[in-house]
Amino acid sequence: MCGIVGLFLKDKSLEPRLGSMLSEMLISLSDRGPDSAGIAIYGAPSGNEGKITIQSAKPEHDFRNLDAELARAIGTPVNIAVKSTHAVVRTTPDKIDEVREAIQVLRPDIRIMGAGDVVEIYKEVGLPEAVVDRFDVRSMTGTHGIGHTRMATESAVTTMGAHPFSTGADQCLVHNGSLSNHNNVRRELIREGMKFETENDTEVAAAYLSSQMAHGKNLGEALEGTLSDLDGFFTFVVGTKNGFGVVRDPIACKPAVMAETDQYVAFGSEYRALAKLPGIDNARVWEPEPATVYFWEH
Amino acid sequence: MPAINVSKATREQDHEQSRASTVFDLAEMPLRELNQALHNLTPGSNETAWEVLNPKGSHSVAVGVDQPITIDVRGSVGYYCGGMNDGSAITVHGSAGPGVGENMMSGSITVKGDASQYAGATGRGGLLVIEGNASSRCGISMKGIDIVVHGNIGHMSAFMAQSGNLVVLGDAGDALGDSIYEARLFVRGKVESLGADCIAKEMRPEHLELLQGLLDRAGATGVKAAEFKRYGSARTLYNFNIDNADAY
Repeated sequence: MCGIVGLFLKDKSLEPRLGSMLSEMLISLSDRGPDSAGIAIYGAPSGNEGKITIQSAKPEHDFRNLDAELARAIGTPVNIAVKSTHAVVRTTPDKIDEVREAIQVLRPDIRIMGAGDVVEIYKEVGLPEAVVDRFDVRSMTGTHGIGHTRMATESAVTTMGAHPFSTGADQCLVHNGSLSNHNNVRRELIREGMKFETENDTEVAAAYLSSQMAHGKNLGEALEGTLSDLDGFFTFVVGTKNGFGVVRDPIACKPAVMAETDQYVAFGSEYRALAKLPGIDNARVWEPEPATVYFWEH
Repeated sequence: MPAINVSKATREQDHEQSRASTVFDLAEMPLRELNQALHNLTPGSNETAWEVLNPKGSHSVAVGVDQPITIDVRGSVGYYCGGMNDGSAITVHGSAGPGVGENMMSGSITVKGDASQYAGATGRGGLLVIEGNASSRCGISMKGIDIVVHGNIGHMSAFMAQSGNLVVLGDAGDALGDSIYEARLFVRGKVESLGADCIAKEMRPEHLELLQGLLDRAGATGVKAAEFKRYGSARTLYNFNIDNADAY
């Protein structure tokens, strides 16, 4: 099973409510996947800031004094905002890679959830409501976001096995389904120099898209490639810094429904996820076609 | 209270109930209570008209109803609405999720909007009308149900369809009627492709009559049976043929 949601706002007046809307969408799909849940929120760009979302099993230990130690290591001020097991590290955009390397040296047990100019990613084992509460997702503002509640099939129930998976700056992906050629694709991507944190099939899909976009393809072209290069069942919902995309495999067993109004584009594994959105009764509601790429960009 | 008064009161109450529908608001009451109340109905019950409010994509709305009642669902439903229906007339005033009318036995289900995957799957009887579009696998393994879709249907529809009639006023997607047995498929628009062992067939007078009857029952006014093409089984896959061994 698994439940996935996505929300791409067109109307700026809804941005303060992005976190609460996306949270309710995800909670409504809790019975599609009780193992773990995660959400990626794209905040408004601040201009001169890069962010890394990090996670630790021992946050009191790992996050203590980390800001000062990182600042010393890279010679630039670093701000850290701790939220439960996660923390968002902020610095200037050009220092993101250095911070990433410094974290791995200073705190080898910390896991990197994702990085970029705007994205923050929170994921943990547990039901969506518990995860949303733990990270206070409802209070978050932003332009778009995606979420996932997991019923694990292809790899262990761990924080790192939860979705969204992020393999490139401000890129992330959630997946309902299972891939059958992920080991092969992973080997090919490793040869290209991509790095993997897990044995998970979805991480391979995320890395595949990152690799395609790194070769100059836009989101739509990269999604098109999944139809020939990835084998298995998938409905993917993908976020980039300013974009939002959806694609389903040609068999399209995994459910999907979308809604669009003047205010937003929304995706849900089921209509339940969309039922409480503003103006849904007059929205254009449709089932995305198999093997068809849909994407929107700000 | 004297017995005679009780029976008079009951009669008046019954009369009242037969006129007004029983309203069940899913925003106030859990789905299980709705389905239990529907299952508790016995032959001759006066609660013959039901209205369900605020379904908001709920799963399994009005499954397993076995009394000849009407049920109006005001909004969109999730998986399996009206599954196993045996005699009731259900109208969904919205769209339906996957598996609407799955394994219907008799009665009718009308969806005013669209239907998701495998509408009417394995249905054994009754009439399923989709006034919008149906997506993939519509009528998969149908076994006697009649399905009328006013719009289009998706890929792999009527896969292994055994009996019954699937009528499509619009277009059909890829691999229509793959591995079909004896169901009849009538499509007015374009068929993207036919599945294995499914072929176009001659429309004989008995088919035109059957189809016109279904169109009339499904409220497809102004649509003529002669506008459709009939598809069915070439019957070449019924028995194993050694010459086909390479295809497996």
